[in-house]
Amino acid sequence: MSFLADLRSGARDTAPVVLGIIPFGLVAGAAAVEAGLTGGQALGLSVVVFAGASQLAAIDLLGDGAPLAVVVGTVLVINLRMMMYSASLAPHLDRAARRWKALGAYLLTDQAYALSIATFRRSDTAGIGYYLGTAAPLWIVWQLCTVLGVVLGARVPPWLPLDFALPLVFLALLVPAIEGPATGLAALVGGTFTTLAVGLPYELALPVGAVAGVVAGVVTDTLTGGEVSA
Amino acid sequence: MTAPNATIWLAILLGGVGTYAIRSSFIMLYGRLELPASVEHALRFVPAAVLAALVVPELAQVDGTPVVQSGLSSVEAVQTLLMSDRVLAGALAAVAAYYTEDVLVTIVVGMGTLLALGAV
Repeated sequence: MSFLADLRSGARDTAPVVLGIIPFGLVAGAAAVEAGLTGGQALGLSVVVFAGASQLAAIDLLGDGAPLAVVVGTVLVINLRMMMYSASLAPHLDRAARRWKALGAYLLTDQAYALSIATFRRSDTAGIGYYLGTAAPLWIVWQLCTVLGVVLGARVPPWLPLDFALPLVFLALLVPAIEGPATGLAALVGGTFTTLAVGLPYELALPVGAVAGVVAGVVTDTLTGGEVSA
Repeated sequence: MTAPNATIWLAILLGGVGTYAIRSSFIMLYGRLELPASVEHALRFVPAAVLAALVVPELAQVDGTPVVQSGLSSVEAVQTLLMSDRVLAGALAAVAAYYTEDVLVTIVVGMGTLLALGAV
């Protein structure tokens, strides 16, 4: 597929996902101002760091006057999961020019990873255009929502469970990713371990649970003689 | 007390640079950095494991609190969860995802179920 067609196709698939990040982005702006950061600093976080969970943790710590090393360390630990995404996407983005890869790395998020890897595993023709098509709209909406959150505060109608939209997006991508006993067990163990580990500091539950799930998948796959085709 | 201005800007800068290094690691080094076959094998299980890790804790909540912090015994916790709005909505959404493989349909079914159950 051509780069532009690929880009459009990625952007189309991202449209429903964008809905889910709106409340999260508003909170990223509103919480920063409430914690005593300036509007510029709130937007700075969204542009420079561009990773929601770590931004909220940083805002919380900065609001309490935590030392620099603690804030930066926390941000990096929370974002460490993206190294898994980077490794998982790397072979699919390998053909692209360096500048597109450099841009793509900056735009990497849970959502862009989940949408793209689902497509890359189905299609041999989709390339970095598709990935950038999923990632760029998320970036734009994230910045807009941060500004709106700074200006308006987080005003999502309380009866609308928009926070539930994001897990539903991940669920829609999870279901087809389960292809047999090994991927099924990876999902079961990943989900269960993360749920049980929720109390861990620095949002470590997700990486710990995900690694446990990957190990469970590898072990099952080895014992059953291989399920997943390359 | 909010941290001083200089600390906040430095935190933004260092957090951003470090996060970029994490994001770009394998994307930029792939090809120059030969991944062992065992690692390539393990990477195939990342999507299922990560996606479940993102979904399940969001469903396994009791009145907005993660189930492990709800103070319920494990039997009570399982019983409560099986009857909870979020798990029921998630289950119906999973069925929708299985049959349609469509993100928007999954969101509509899940949110619709949650709203309908909340109204009962």
